[in-house]
Amino acid sequence: MTRQPFIARNPSLLIFLACLALFTLLVTVFSEAMGTGLISTSFVKTLGKTLCLCLVAIAMDLVWGYAGILSLGHFAFFGLGGYMIGMWLMYARTRDIVVTSMANAEIPPTDAEVISGIGNQIFGVVGSSDFPLIWAFSHSLTLQLILVVAVPGLLALVFGWLAFRSRVTGVYLSILTQAMTLALALYLFQNDSGLRGNNGLSGLQNLPGADAIPQATISLWFLWASALALALGYGFATWVVSGKFGSVLRGIRDDEARVRFLGYSVEGYKLFIFTVTAIIAAIAGALYYPQAGIINPAEIAPIASIYLAVWVAIGGRGRLYGAVIGAAFVSLVSTWFTGGQVPSIPLGFYTVDWVDWWLVLLGLSFVLVTLFAPKGIGGLFDLITDRQSPMRHGQDLGPDQGALQEKEADS
Amino acid sequence: MRVFLLALAAILSLAPSLQAQSGSGNTPVQDLLQVHRALIEKGSRKSIAPAIDAIATSGLPAAQTVLQTWQSKDMWQREEDGLFFRAEEIAKKTYRLYDFDSGDAVGDYDKDALDQLKPNSGVRAMIGTALVVFQLSDPDPARRRDALDALQRDAEASHLAPLRASLEGETDPEIKARKEQLATLLTLRFGADDTARIAAIESISTDISLDARAALNMLLTTSREIAQGPVPQGVNVAAILTPGEDMPEAEAYAMLADKGLAPPRLSPDDIRNTLAAHIDGGKVGGVPLAALNTDAARATAYAALVEAGLAPAQPTEAAIKEALAAHTIYDAYAEPSAAVTAAAEDALAAIKTRVGLNQMLDLALDGISLASIFFLAAIGLAITFGVMGVINMAHGEFIMMGAYTGYVVQQLIPNYTVSILVALPLAFAVTFAAGVAMERLVIRWLYNRPLETLLATFGISIALQQIAKNIFGTQARPLTSPGWLDGAWVMNDVVSISYIRIAIFVLALTFLALFLFIMKRTRLGLETRAVTQNPRMAASMGINPDRVNMLTFGLGSGIAGIAGVAIGLFAKVTSELGSDYIVQSFMTVVVGGVGNIWGTLAGAAMIGFLQKGIEWMNPSNTLAAQTYMIIFIIIFIQFRPRGIIALKGRAAGD
Repeated sequence: MTRQPFIARNPSLLIFLACLALFTLLVTVFSEAMGTGLISTSFVKTLGKTLCLCLVAIAMDLVWGYAGILSLGHFAFFGLGGYMIGMWLMYARTRDIVVTSMANAEIPPTDAEVISGIGNQIFGVVGSSDFPLIWAFSHSLTLQLILVVAVPGLLALVFGWLAFRSRVTGVYLSILTQAMTLALALYLFQNDSGLRGNNGLSGLQNLPGADAIPQATISLWFLWASALALALGYGFATWVVSGKFGSVLRGIRDDEARVRFLGYSVEGYKLFIFTVTAIIAAIAGALYYPQAGIINPAEIAPIASIYLAVWVAIGGRGRLYGAVIGAAFVSLVSTWFTGGQVPSIPLGFYTVDWVDWWLVLLGLSFVLVTLFAPKGIGGLFDLITDRQSPMRHGQDLGPDQGALQEKEADS
Repeated sequence: MRVFLLALAAILSLAPSLQAQSGSGNTPVQDLLQVHRALIEKGSRKSIAPAIDAIATSGLPAAQTVLQTWQSKDMWQREEDGLFFRAEEIAKKTYRLYDFDSGDAVGDYDKDALDQLKPNSGVRAMIGTALVVFQLSDPDPARRRDALDALQRDAEASHLAPLRASLEGETDPEIKARKEQLATLLTLRFGADDTARIAAIESISTDISLDARAALNMLLTTSREIAQGPVPQGVNVAAILTPGEDMPEAEAYAMLADKGLAPPRLSPDDIRNTLAAHIDGGKVGGVPLAALNTDAARATAYAALVEAGLAPAQPTEAAIKEALAAHTIYDAYAEPSAAVTAAAEDALAAIKTRVGLNQMLDLALDGISLASIFFLAAIGLAITFGVMGVINMAHGEFIMMGAYTGYVVQQLIPNYTVSILVALPLAFAVTFAAGVAMERLVIRWLYNRPLETLLATFGISIALQQIAKNIFGTQARPLTSPGWLDGAWVMNDVVSISYIRIAIFVLALTFLALFLFIMKRTRLGLETRAVTQNPRMAASMGINPDRVNMLTFGLGSGIAGIAGVAIGLFAKVTSELGSDYIVQSFMTVVVGGVGNIWGTLAGAAMIGFLQKGIEWMNPSNTLAAQTYMIIFIIIFIQFRPRGIIALKGRAAGD
């Protein structure tokens, strides 16, 4: 049997890339930087951030929808990526400021004086002025970019190795990942963690040395970068899940023991996918936080990672475009509702103000999706493509209690 | 002083006219005051003592009033005859005078006809000392306690004698004990000779109270001194410090420089400022300004300035070493007697050991109390997760609902005791109903799909949290505990535990017993265990698994509600109350071992003690303690993935 070309086997990839390209083009054309100003700079930033969230959702879909590991800690990697790039942004930007302010002095400053000046500026809020050890590489963009990948990747590797080795699975693993992200958040909340405690890193939207360039242009650059990262991430994820590797992953999801007995190193597969998705999440975070402008430990609280699962579940897990749709849809609708732009509903005795009630709506619709539409929004595409579910007469797919039931595992 | 008193007595006998002047024969205090009139008017600290002593030791009923009035600057002198009175301002510039002896009003006078006695602070302090004698033997116990409090805050050598004197007549055993303790503490500071003081020190070497430790520490205060050459004679030395070993050399040298015993070491800032002050045509010391951006270039330029005599030289390392060698840095006790300080050191060391043991006990109590909180929060989860295998992320919100139920009940019933007694069953009822509703509407459809259950219940959790926020607002609501739960059970100054925590401990034990009773002794428990082990078999035996599941879930949720009331008593009730506990609760269940109440107990105990233990090692930082604890748990799971008490064999289900 001859194998079809990669693209032909994955028609959704081309469609997705085309949509993404069109979207980016439209936003660019209508952005403030191009003069039309139909889309405000802040909204361009929101769209750019949404693209990053789509990327981390793809990572979540890989690890949960395909490998069946419900990680409630992927936002920790997202946040760590943000922190790593934020350290360089903050350092370089503060150095520019310090050098400018010291240039007026009669005697030019020594390097040590410049560094202690930067330290004073950055760590003054937590009552310190010395650079902690973890800032050792913050002067170099290259090194810090390597750390964006290395730190979350290493954390995921160590954590995953510990967890998978002792065969922690299912809800235990979920709780353990949640504990990991909670521990990290609590650690970062301390003032002496070296990352400015609950102040977090701020002023990240100002690129060092780009003061002359308006934010409108910079926001557009980040939109392009985010779109490119999303396109690459989507392509990579499609490639990973379409081959034999992807088949093994789905096998692990549906019946881990059976795959193990067939001779596959289940732990190796899980560890690989866990680490890779952590790195993808970190890259998404590194693109997200310069657009958000600030990062603090609250961003990696356990709730954030659960929202990530919510996006993927609403979008439809087990299909990559589902994750993207879910993340984009829920986060944009959430912005819309919490931004106070949705008209309130007067009920006579009570006025439903959506800023307050949006979370209730989200929570309940999430329950409804889980109960009645396990395929999520992505499942709607099955109606168009006339995809039929195989008739298994309601039997589950395997003997394991945690195995998916027929109606949700046919994607 | 005796000679002085005799002289006064002579004056007294020679001044019958004064007595006549006072207008009445029955005015002993006024007479006494008139005797010492000159001293009182002069009001000098050096000479006033006989007057105060005379009043204090006169044994007259009005003596205390006089001293208090004098001390509070309310004693005035009538200019026309020089008599002393207590005065009250009744109108502007008009004062009403009261006689000390009879307490009657004498008349109203203009301010110009009066002189206010304004004792300075030194005199006031002396009067205060004299007053302590009265207060210490005041008939009112509250006054005596106040006097002891005042003494404790601010004691002087002169207080010791009156305190000892008042011991005899003391009737209240509690106050007597305090007086004795205070007398000991004063003796060790102000005692007549070293023997008495050392005896006092030894007598408190088993006392772990804060007062005793403070008194000993006060004896052991040291100050850091520098001497040229060896330590001078007659100084009670605590320690001789060697620079480089006991303290950094830089710090030692800075001390020398501060005292002017050596030229100061110049900091980089000093050098830069000196350089900036000597800029000469774009150059400093021959080095162009632009080149001064390295420490080496600055050193060169500065050396040139020193050469030209424009700046002080930086002391060389050799000079610094020499200066340090020529001086001795030592810690000297403020207390001159070496025998006393040695005894105090020994006593303090003995006390420290005792305090350490007591701290361990206190820590254990804290650990137990934290463990019972975790146990209460987790026991409902142990039922729903452990027995039914259902992950209920909304469990924390049930805890919150319980707490808010308690709050609402307290708004309706003002009596705190009654409202708590009503709130406990009501919270159970509310969360039981919510749990049953959730089980029927959502969880029933998701059995065997634990991950979906997790997500669906999470959806309910965020909805419930937001609804609570919409109803009660974001600010914390108080849930006040009844008065009999206020305060703490204090064993000594180190070990104490609040009654609320004891109550929670009792509540946790009650629930453990209740759970065991329901599971082992009731029909519901039997059916629950049957359904847990094999639902189909149970169903064929006539048990309705749906009903059993519903009731079990309701029970677990109801217990969460009661836990909420208990937690609300000491934590602020907010909509985030539950999410603060949910992760710890899951930890407790997972660490303990699923499906076994003893496992949950063990897990709660382990997490509680561990967290307190880590907090003790790093007391300032509870965040770090939580972080390390979670990391520990993650590692612990590696070695016992099924928890402390793991089910074995077929009951484990795998």
